[in-house]
Amino acid sequence: MELQVVDLGVARGGLPILQGVSFTLEAGQVLVLRGPNGIGKTTLLRAIAGLQPALSGHVSLDPEAVAYAAHADGLKSTLSVLENLTFWAQVYGTTDVAPALQAFALQNLADRPAQNLSAGQKRRLGLARLLVTGRPLWVLDEPTVSLDASAVTLFADAVRAHCARGGAALIATHIDLGLQSDLLDLTPFKATAMAQGDFDEAFL
Amino acid sequence: MSFWEYANPKRFMALSSAALPWFTALTALVLSVGLIWGFFFTPDDFRQGSTVKIIYIHVPSAFIAINAWLMMLVTSLVWLVRRHHVSALAARAAAPIGLAMTCIGLITGAVWGQPMWGTWWEWDPRLTSFLILGLFYLGYIALWEAIDDADTAADLTSVLCIVGSVFAVLSRYAILFWNQGLHQGASLSLDKEENVHDVFAYPLWTCIIGFVLLFITLVLLRTRTEIRARRVKALIARERMA
Amino acid sequence: MIALLIRDLRLAIRTGGGFGLGLAFFLIIAVLVPFGVGPDSAVLGRIAPGILWVGALLSCLLSLDRIFALDFEDGSLDLLATAPIPLEGLVGVKAFSHWLTTGLPLTLAAPVLGLLLSLPEPAYLWLILSLLIGTPALSFIGAFGASLTVGLKRGGLLLSLLVLPLYVPTLIFGAETIRRGAEGLGTATPLTMLGAITLGTLAVLPFASAAAIRINLR
Repeated sequence: MELQVVDLGVARGGLPILQGVSFTLEAGQVLVLRGPNGIGKTTLLRAIAGLQPALSGHVSLDPEAVAYAAHADGLKSTLSVLENLTFWAQVYGTTDVAPALQAFALQNLADRPAQNLSAGQKRRLGLARLLVTGRPLWVLDEPTVSLDASAVTLFADAVRAHCARGGAALIATHIDLGLQSDLLDLTPFKATAMAQGDFDEAFL
Repeated sequence: MSFWEYANPKRFMALSSAALPWFTALTALVLSVGLIWGFFFTPDDFRQGSTVKIIYIHVPSAFIAINAWLMMLVTSLVWLVRRHHVSALAARAAAPIGLAMTCIGLITGAVWGQPMWGTWWEWDPRLTSFLILGLFYLGYIALWEAIDDADTAADLTSVLCIVGSVFAVLSRYAILFWNQGLHQGASLSLDKEENVHDVFAYPLWTCIIGFVLLFITLVLLRTRTEIRARRVKALIARERMA
Repeated sequence: MIALLIRDLRLAIRTGGGFGLGLAFFLIIAVLVPFGVGPDSAVLGRIAPGILWVGALLSCLLSLDRIFALDFEDGSLDLLATAPIPLEGLVGVKAFSHWLTTGLPLTLAAPVLGLLLSLPEPAYLWLILSLLIGTPALSFIGAFGASLTVGLKRGGLLLSLLVLPLYVPTLIFGAETIRRGAEGLGTATPLTMLGAITLGTLAVLPFASAAAIRINLR
């Protein structure tokens, strides 16, 4: 399992926002993406997860290796915690949801409908989904939003355990997770107006 | 130099600005010759009287209404396969013209049908098919208008155009099955024994050529407008980035 | 994929508004029409096939925008698109579960409403048969329309405008089957055509819808 990003450029709403992003991520590593709001962290992660095409450069990884978690948790409010998690486990062809529940301290909430959870509990459930995917590369967009300090510790532990099992994580976040991680600041990769390739440039 | 070079917006703008005056003049010439010929220098029909002369608008507009969709289908495919922006914008430009032609065809048909069949509207296969074609145009235009991002809109309308074409053909045969109508057969066809008489046919062909020229002129004009609109957007975007 | 189907059905039942609403709407149409055209059972019997088909079509339309919009809003669609289910399969499953919650109940309820509209006796078999064969096409065409409008804020009205013209062939062959059945004519042709349209939409439209969803997600 290795993620290799070479000279990647991405666009949002028809505008190029990042260019020339290159990095590699190996098994056992954590890479944290930094950068001011609007720099394009979310867009970059979506491109790596295969949800939108890159403007230039390329991403080399096995698409079957990625588990993606966005701002929205994708929870169904009328299903219980257990049902939500079991559904994703079945989609990814795994069966055991108990470790995921335990890792994010959700055992006591297992039968509660997702609509009755607090924001932080929902987030924990969304993150527990990562564990049932059984996939090695986690691509996470602001995973700690609305988590309290103890939940952040739970999350950091989960990432650490994941890396120990040979996984890797690419995380866009602003807070310090206390993890052994590399840091990539996206600010220098902001796209300049000149280097837009064939885009709407054709109309100028 | 390949044909696709013209798909570059700049090149297209240069070429179309040179061609447009010629097309405009030619359209005006052919259309006025055809219409004046048809309206004033052909005899009245022995059964239909002067009402027959509406054929010089009715048939060409119906012809354009169908072929405009065909042109949109081709340009949509070109956009999906080759990603030429001009192609997508030409499809967008053609849709309202096609809709207008459909309306003209329906209205002139109603005006013609009233004295002939004694009714403004009849659920006849041809009429009904045209009504459905109008609905397809409406949906297509509405989808273009609803989506903000230009490339997303181009992609989705192209998919709609392709699927719509299949269903349009399907509807045509479904409607034929549903009701055999009182509309006469095709007025002009190349392989049929019995066409309209030559006295009517020559001005009619002139009018059809005139309408085709009109369509080309309008599409060129509207595509230029669309390209300019995109250029404005691109400029605003660049301002914002700088 | 079976997990997805089960989830969708469970959601439709728990959230309400799924098939309950569509059925109620169907019922209301069948009840309102006699008020509009008068209680003459000869007239009603003649227009019943058309009313029932148009009613089924409109009730189907009612729940179309929920096929993808809900999953799009809560982020599930992004996650499902990165999950190991092909998007084409996802569309197929969602359209199928839409049919199970609208098309199938409509088909089962239609004979009762046919009674209200004094549908002639020989027509009942054809009513059920044509709805059973035709309504899957409504769901799959609708899913295509829904995938085109999934990213839009108020896509509901646009969705109807896009989908209704596409329903024309299905409606014509469906209603024609019942009408011919009621008059004792041969129904083989329209029924075969109806089946052909349904099979065609089942085979092709999931690919078009998946393409549209990919475009909408990027």
